Amino acid sequence: MHSALQPVGPRAELIADLMLLFFAVSAVVYVIVIAFLVWAIMRARERAVQLGPAATAQADRKSKVAVGVGAALTVLTLAGLAASDFIVGAILRQPPADPLRVLVTGHQFWWEIEYDDPVPGNRLRTANELHIPVGRPVQLIFTSRDVIHSFWIPSAMGKMDLIPGRTTNEIIQVSQPGTFTGQCAEFCGFQHSKMRLTLHARPAEEFDAWRQRQLAPAREPQTQEARRGQQVFMQSSCILCHSVQGTAAAATVAPDLTHIASRRTIAAGSLPNTPSALASWVLDPQRIKPGSRMPASRLPPDDLSALVAYLTSLQ
Amino acid sequence: MTSAEYERERAEVEKTWAEKPGWLGQLMVVNHRTVALRYLVTTFVFFLLAGLMAAAMRLQLARADNDLIGPDLYNQLFSMHGSVMMFLFAVPVLEAMGIYLVPLMVGARNIAFPRLNAFSYWVFLFGGLMIFIAFALDIGPEAGWFSYVPLAGPEFSPGKRQDFWAQLITFTELSALIVSVEIIVTAFKLRTPGMTLKRIPLFVWAQVATAFMVLFAMPAVMLGSSFLISDRLVGTHFFNPAEGGDALLWQHLFWFFGHPEVYIIFVPALGIVSEIVAAFTRRAVFGYLPVVLSLLATAILSFGLWVHHMFTTGLPPAGMSFFTAASLLIAIPTGVQIFCWIATFATGGRLRFHTPLLFVVGFFFIFIIGGLTGVMVASATLDSQFHDSYFVVAHLHYVLIGGALFPLVGGIYYWFPKMTGRMLSERAGRWQFWLFFIGFNVTFFPMHILGIEGMTRRIYTYSASSGWEGLNQLATGGALMIAASVVVLIANIISSLRKARTAGDNPWDAPGLEWATSSPPPPSNFVRPLVVTSRTPLWVTPHPETVIGLPTGIRSVLVTRVHDAEPHHISVFPTPSIWPFLSAIAVTILFIGSIFTPWALVWGAVPVAIGLIGWFWPTKEETATHCKYEVKPPREAPPPSEPAELRL
Amino acid sequence: MSTSGVRDVTGLPTYTFGHHSLMWWGTMGIIVIEGTVFVIAIGAYLYLRSLAQAWPIGAPPPDLTYGTLNTIILLLSAIPNQWTKKVAERENLKLVRIGLIVCLAFAVAFLVVRAFEFGSLNVHWDTNAYGSIVYALMVLHTTHLVTDVLDTIVLTVLMFTGPLEGKRFVDVSENSVYWWFVVGSWPFIYATVYWVPRLP
Ligand code: HEA
Ligand code: HEA
Ligand code: HEC
Ligand code: CUA
Ligand SMILES: [Cu+2]
Repeated sequence: MHSALQPVGPRAELIADLMLLFFAVSAVVYVIVIAFLVWAIMRARERAVQLGPAATAQADRKSKVAVGVGAALTVLTLAGLAASDFIVGAILRQPPADPLRVLVTGHQFWWEIEYDDPVPGNRLRTANELHIPVGRPVQLIFTSRDVIHSFWIPSAMGKMDLIPGRTTNEIIQVSQPGTFTGQCAEFCGFQHSKMRLTLHARPAEEFDAWRQRQLAPAREPQTQEARRGQQVFMQSSCILCHSVQGTAAAATVAPDLTHIASRRTIAAGSLPNTPSALASWVLDPQRIKPGSRMPASRLPPDDLSALVAYLTSLQ
Repeated sequence: MTSAEYERERAEVEKTWAEKPGWLGQLMVVNHRTVALRYLVTTFVFFLLAGLMAAAMRLQLARADNDLIGPDLYNQLFSMHGSVMMFLFAVPVLEAMGIYLVPLMVGARNIAFPRLNAFSYWVFLFGGLMIFIAFALDIGPEAGWFSYVPLAGPEFSPGKRQDFWAQLITFTELSALIVSVEIIVTAFKLRTPGMTLKRIPLFVWAQVATAFMVLFAMPAVMLGSSFLISDRLVGTHFFNPAEGGDALLWQHLFWFFGHPEVYIIFVPALGIVSEIVAAFTRRAVFGYLPVVLSLLATAILSFGLWVHHMFTTGLPPAGMSFFTAASLLIAIPTGVQIFCWIATFATGGRLRFHTPLLFVVGFFFIFIIGGLTGVMVASATLDSQFHDSYFVVAHLHYVLIGGALFPLVGGIYYWFPKMTGRMLSERAGRWQFWLFFIGFNVTFFPMHILGIEGMTRRIYTYSASSGWEGLNQLATGGALMIAASVVVLIANIISSLRKARTAGDNPWDAPGLEWATSSPPPPSNFVRPLVVTSRTPLWVTPHPETVIGLPTGIRSVLVTRVHDAEPHHISVFPTPSIWPFLSAIAVTILFIGSIFTPWALVWGAVPVAIGLIGWFWPTKEETATHCKYEVKPPREAPPPSEPAELRL
Repeated sequence: MSTSGVRDVTGLPTYTFGHHSLMWWGTMGIIVIEGTVFVIAIGAYLYLRSLAQAWPIGAPPPDLTYGTLNTIILLLSAIPNQWTKKVAERENLKLVRIGLIVCLAFAVAFLVVRAFEFGSLNVHWDTNAYGSIVYALMVLHTTHLVTDVLDTIVLTVLMFTGPLEGKRFVDVSENSVYWWFVVGSWPFIYATVYWVPRLP
């Protein structure tokens, strides 16, 4: 479900209503103007002879009035539309009380998401899937590490750009639980297409529980294979870019993998999060997402399957 | 005056104005009509190529998760499609109409500064060739037609792709600026006697308004692209936030140009609509003054709208509201013109429904939808949903194709007889129209819905779960229909060109001066310039007076005064010359060289200087001829103000 | 085509000075274009300044000596320039030659000082955005200067060697108009480059 006309929160609803207003007014304007046009053309097709100078002057006087009225109506309509835009805009800009603050940083081609918290230990880093509590306004604070991106989940809210060297922000609020999809809207290079994101809105208790789970450090691998996978991970290039909380892997240039297994998709919505998809991603990301910033790893098959076992254990 | 005398005069004038023969002569051409036809053919070829790129994109998008075209090629395709359509097709093709028609419509024998005009064409041609060659060599632009930094900057677009894009801008803007100055001077100073400001054809007014927009808009992108290329080449930091630069500076510079740019495409098309409406309703367009004022108001207002392309960059709210209001304002002059045309239909003579008019009616149906979606995206609040989605892609094609391409095609059908002496087939015209009209709506209407459903622009693929596949398939089908209509147009043109010249001087019984001369016109356009007494000179009887007494042995052009078009002096126009061509080559070397090394600006300047000096330096024979005919301006005494004085 | 009558324009001059000449309009066209470039470039300077924490960024403001000296030279050059325009319009070849040479002398002096000016900007184009925009303004103005100097040299040579006709004096006159533009635009750039960084 992802249509600007199927809003799932009060703010998106306001915009959708405004949109319907503009559509309706435009439809009326279109029908009237085209009706006049067709009428004038029909008249002119049937006219037998050229109007004489006197008759033309007479007709021109009428035309003058008609064009004047048309212009006046145009001005009025536009004023009405402008006013409604201003009103809705002003409502949307009102700062909400006690919003949840989330920092979103754009990367080629994924979203870094960080839940702000005064206690540093409670700051939570994740990627590509934004979880929010239903009903509570969320203030998203945007910036970018590389090029300009744009955050857009049509059914939840309009878009806002993520610009390097600047911060922007936007409020979203969702009033029904559900999963809503969106996409990077500003062209940002090769994989602008596959820079997708999902919004999970859930009741406040569930959200808090999710947050607690995510705050926990990575689970120690339980099986033999997963343990071997962890070794592979720690000895490969992975740790140059990724971090897994509670281990030595602490790089921040790529998505945090601490709870990678809890995500529904991987690589910004490019693949479902299944073991086979993970395997093919790790083996050759460039085949799935050509141009993405993760290099292929030439792991032997058994290392790969161990690694995947480890990754899938990171609940 | 006997007709034998007239014939002699005509022969002399034709000899004086003739171009040089041979292939070298082809490179020396300075006649505005020849140059304009070259522009028209070249831009049309560029249109076909950019259209084929669009067709390729449509094929890729026809299916979800399609892997026909990968991201690298797709990004180049839409960047080329947008850049070529805007810079190498839409702007220059409408300028070309101006280059062809403005001198004829104001009764002048050539455009002002004809050699510069030839130069502008060569520069344009070389710029166009450069970008297509770059594309063929896999170094085509890759960051879209507005190439936002930092994506287009040194860090995220290494290699030369974006440098070629930046130089494409330099080439096209140089030629556009030159043409604008020529148009303004032609329209203000070369009008035939009697063509007062209130009698200037609406198409000429539209071209003048456009030329002024070019003059004030292009400098912004000129600076922008220079900043970009120097960031990429010599390590400046204009757009680098880490060193005090700013990514949005580019957006401001680009859109300060980019918004007027779309009206630079649209306003001349409005001029075409006015001409066609007048001719086929058999009356001067109702509301001359409001229409002219609307054109000028559009030109002025267009400079106050650029931020509406940046509504989602988080600028201060007061700014947003201002630019929303300004963007809505621009609907007023457009609306007034539309109302005036409707009034013209309602009060004119019996309507003759030929193909040009058909395309104008198509313009109304399509453009108004595009204008109304323009009003929607002008709302900053709504634009937070629409921006960068297929809704905007729909808007821009509705206004560009509906607002500019439909009138242009109508204009081609309308003036083709003047340009070639032959009529285009009406039957093929109708086929083309309906294929185009239906195909267009099938292609682009679904894009509104796709945009609302979250499909963002510039994506090379989408997943099946998005639910966008059906409408995309429909759009692709429509694009194929448009392609078919383009094939019909090409066939129509080719088959007409093989027929005999039967059009006559004025096949539509139209009122403008361009129809007062033969089809195609003689080398000097008019053997004797005409004197004008009304807005519709060919509809008044008796026919206008003619001007005599212009020296026939030199290329003499009558220069008149701006406000009342009374004769002031005679300007001696230049003869064919190879220097514009050579200078254009020198400029090309400099521009392309500077993609690879900044030193090209230094050594490349030498051939350019040589070219320009060679161009300027007068030859002995030329000077001797001029001296033979020279009449010095009156000393001390003010220039003649009384028409009576003219009969010295 | 049959017509009702004729309008005789025999004997009209074949060239003219001032705002009726096509050359004047062409020159104005260039001036409008370049003037807009300057205005926007200064706008970009002020825009970058408005974003910066401190201005100039990481450099002292440019030294005043050479820039101010050049301002004086440039303003003074307006005198011979205007005089040359006057004598050109009287088609006095001898005085035109003298005038052009004097103008050239001023221009060359200006260019020499300009070289020192670049040395006293206290910043490089690749230091930071401040350096970039300062260089952009200076290079822009210098480019106009150099073009006009070359233009003047060519005209001067032509005035000595010929071939000449009356129209060539129009070229001299329009060359002066363009020089007025180069002179007139400088104070704004001077103020921006040299004094805006000194604003509190
Ligand atoms: C021919 C070119 C052309 C024309 C004429 C227009 C006309 C208009 N455009 Fe459009 N526009 C483009 C070409 C054009 N545009 C392009 C190419 C882009 C995309 C650039 C890119 O991002 O790639 C764009 C994008 C664009 C945007 C940015 C969208 C975004 O990126 O998010 C906006 C926002 O305000 C906008 C607004 C308008 C408006 C208000 C008009 C108005 O001028 C329309 C006025 C006309 C009418 C309204 C119809 C006729 C009037 C009446 C019948 C009177 C009655 C009407 C009423 C009472 C409403 N345009
Ligand atoms: C005047 C301008 C103009 C015109 C006429 C067109 C015409 C078309 N445009 Fe384009 N378009 C733009 C200007 C224009 N466009 C711009 C500015 C953009 C934004 C770019 C950007 O984002 O940077 C854009 C973007 C754009 C997109 C979005 C791409 C994306 O965001 O990913 C799409 C997608 O469908 C599209 C489609 C089309 C189609 C199908 C046509 C059709 O109408 C084309 C019809 C023509 C043909 C199909 C060619 C026919 C040729 C033949 C039949 C060949 C004959 C052969 C020979 C004799 C050699 N255009
Ligand atoms: C040079 C940096 C780099 C290296 C090395 C690297 N990655 Fe990545 N990785 C990335 C980037 C960048 C992304 C995000 C790609 C995207 O979505 O476009 C990513 C994404 C992923 C994802 C999906 C994350 C998500 O949230 O969807 C997984 C899983 C992953 N990498 C695993 C690995 C493993 C396992 C290795 C080692 C074999 C590895 N990576 C090595 C940079 C790297
Ligand atoms: Cu990120 Cu598009
Ligand atoms: Cu715009």
